[in-house]
Amino acid sequence: MRTSRTLAVVLCAVALTATAACGKDGTPGAAASASDAPKLPTYTVKTDAKVDSPIIAEARKRGQLIIGAKADQPNLGWEDVASGDRSGFDIEIAKMVAADLGFTPQQIKWQTLVSSQREPAIDKGQIDFYVGTYSINDERKKTVSFAGPYYIAGQDLLVKQDNTSITGPESVNGKNVCTATGSTSIKNIQQYSPKITQFDTYSACVEKLLSGEVDAVTTDDAILKGYASKYAGKLKVVGKPFTKENYGVGLKKDDAVLRNAISDALKAHEDNGDWKKAYDATLAASGSAAPDVPALDRY
Amino acid sequence: MGFLFEDDNFALFRDGFLQTIEVSALSALLALLLGTLLAAFRVSPVPVLRAFGTGWVTLFRNTPLTLLFFAVTFGLPPLGVHFSHLVFAVLALGGYTASFVCEVIRSGINTVPLGQAEAARSLGMTFGQTLTMVVLPQAARTVLAPMSSVFIALPRNSAIAGAFSVGELYSAQQTFSERGYSIFAIFFWVACAYLLISATVATFFRFLESRLAVAR
Repeated sequence: MRTSRTLAVVLCAVALTATAACGKDGTPGAAASASDAPKLPTYTVKTDAKVDSPIIAEARKRGQLIIGAKADQPNLGWEDVASGDRSGFDIEIAKMVAADLGFTPQQIKWQTLVSSQREPAIDKGQIDFYVGTYSINDERKKTVSFAGPYYIAGQDLLVKQDNTSITGPESVNGKNVCTATGSTSIKNIQQYSPKITQFDTYSACVEKLLSGEVDAVTTDDAILKGYASKYAGKLKVVGKPFTKENYGVGLKKDDAVLRNAISDALKAHEDNGDWKKAYDATLAASGSAAPDVPALDRY
Repeated sequence: MGFLFEDDNFALFRDGFLQTIEVSALSALLALLLGTLLAAFRVSPVPVLRAFGTGWVTLFRNTPLTLLFFAVTFGLPPLGVHFSHLVFAVLALGGYTASFVCEVIRSGINTVPLGQAEAARSLGMTFGQTLTMVVLPQAARTVLAPMSSVFIALPRNSAIAGAFSVGELYSAQQTFSERGYSIFAIFFWVACAYLLISATVATFFRFLESRLAVAR
């Protein structure tokens, strides 16, 4: 097993295949393909939606709603590179909002943006709104507005299923903990004095966790749950969040009409059970039950 | 621009700068030694060594550096090879640059007239003596200019190590970006740091060129 795995790694490297193609033994959606797995909800498109916002008017004219999202977070904000299909909890949130604004899933044009590009892209109008582990904070509110929160995340730890020694942040002292280069997660975990390994992507960290070279991966629990779902039965989220991040939908600053419309859409789908269904079909495979739906902050 | 002198930002920047220098210096040393050895292999009369040298250059010079970092960081530990991330970075960057150094030196060796080597051989010198005492000293002079390009590129290539758990300038830049400082201010300082390193390397090579120049 070990040698064949090594061979596979070497072959992948030699063949210069995209790194994403390696180790695909748990593609997202694989768990959901089982017949008894929770199904993704479908959303009724409100064709008569009236949103008096210049951004939506522009989107109507071009016939496409441009939504910014992440593409590298399994079961959260993921793009299948081969087929171009998007999946995950954040993607579902974006779809339900789009439906209430009067856009079908086919009318959504997805735009992958990494964290550092979010504010400039929203500010310059390159995207209509952004859904992708976007924490609401005062610094960001200076450049963009937020609808939501639609999910409350917190920094947590991802460990192997059989790990009993790491039970929370206070038990990582001296342990090897991996996270993304330069992320704020480093600062939060540093006070518990672990040994910190940093890679460019969380998938690299998860790879090291699976091979046992690091003891835990730390970042927002939503992202970790996505990986725990992808590797269900192998990895688990500890479940003791030690920070609080309010995920919101980012949009053009001071477009109150659009902000209210998105908030209404979130509220409607939270109340009719779509939110819970979306969670059950994506992140729930991690074994972590759905958290409470957060109250909207209509500022 | 002033963010660098707020909070503990300067300490982070300085540590990143020093780490970049450390990775670059160690990699440069490895690349120089290994590259010279590979060049000797490639011009040696032993077919196995020649094949090894050619193979190394083909493999390492044609593989994207990021992929080499991946191969080293994720390929070696399952084989039971465990080093610190700094050592992994030096191996990847050094092995990569060595292939360029090898080709630069080999081109230098080819500029030395064949008569030189033949004269040395006829005096009874061995292959090793011919190479180290006659050919390489002459070759080294002619390759200084292309060699400086290789070693100016090296510190900038070292930025990839930042994505593989080495806390150098790139990872400092990531941290600053995450903290929300202006991208332009961050890149200004990072660019200054790289410029300083590159300029130092360039000056060193210019000094060597004037020092080793001979009338021909």
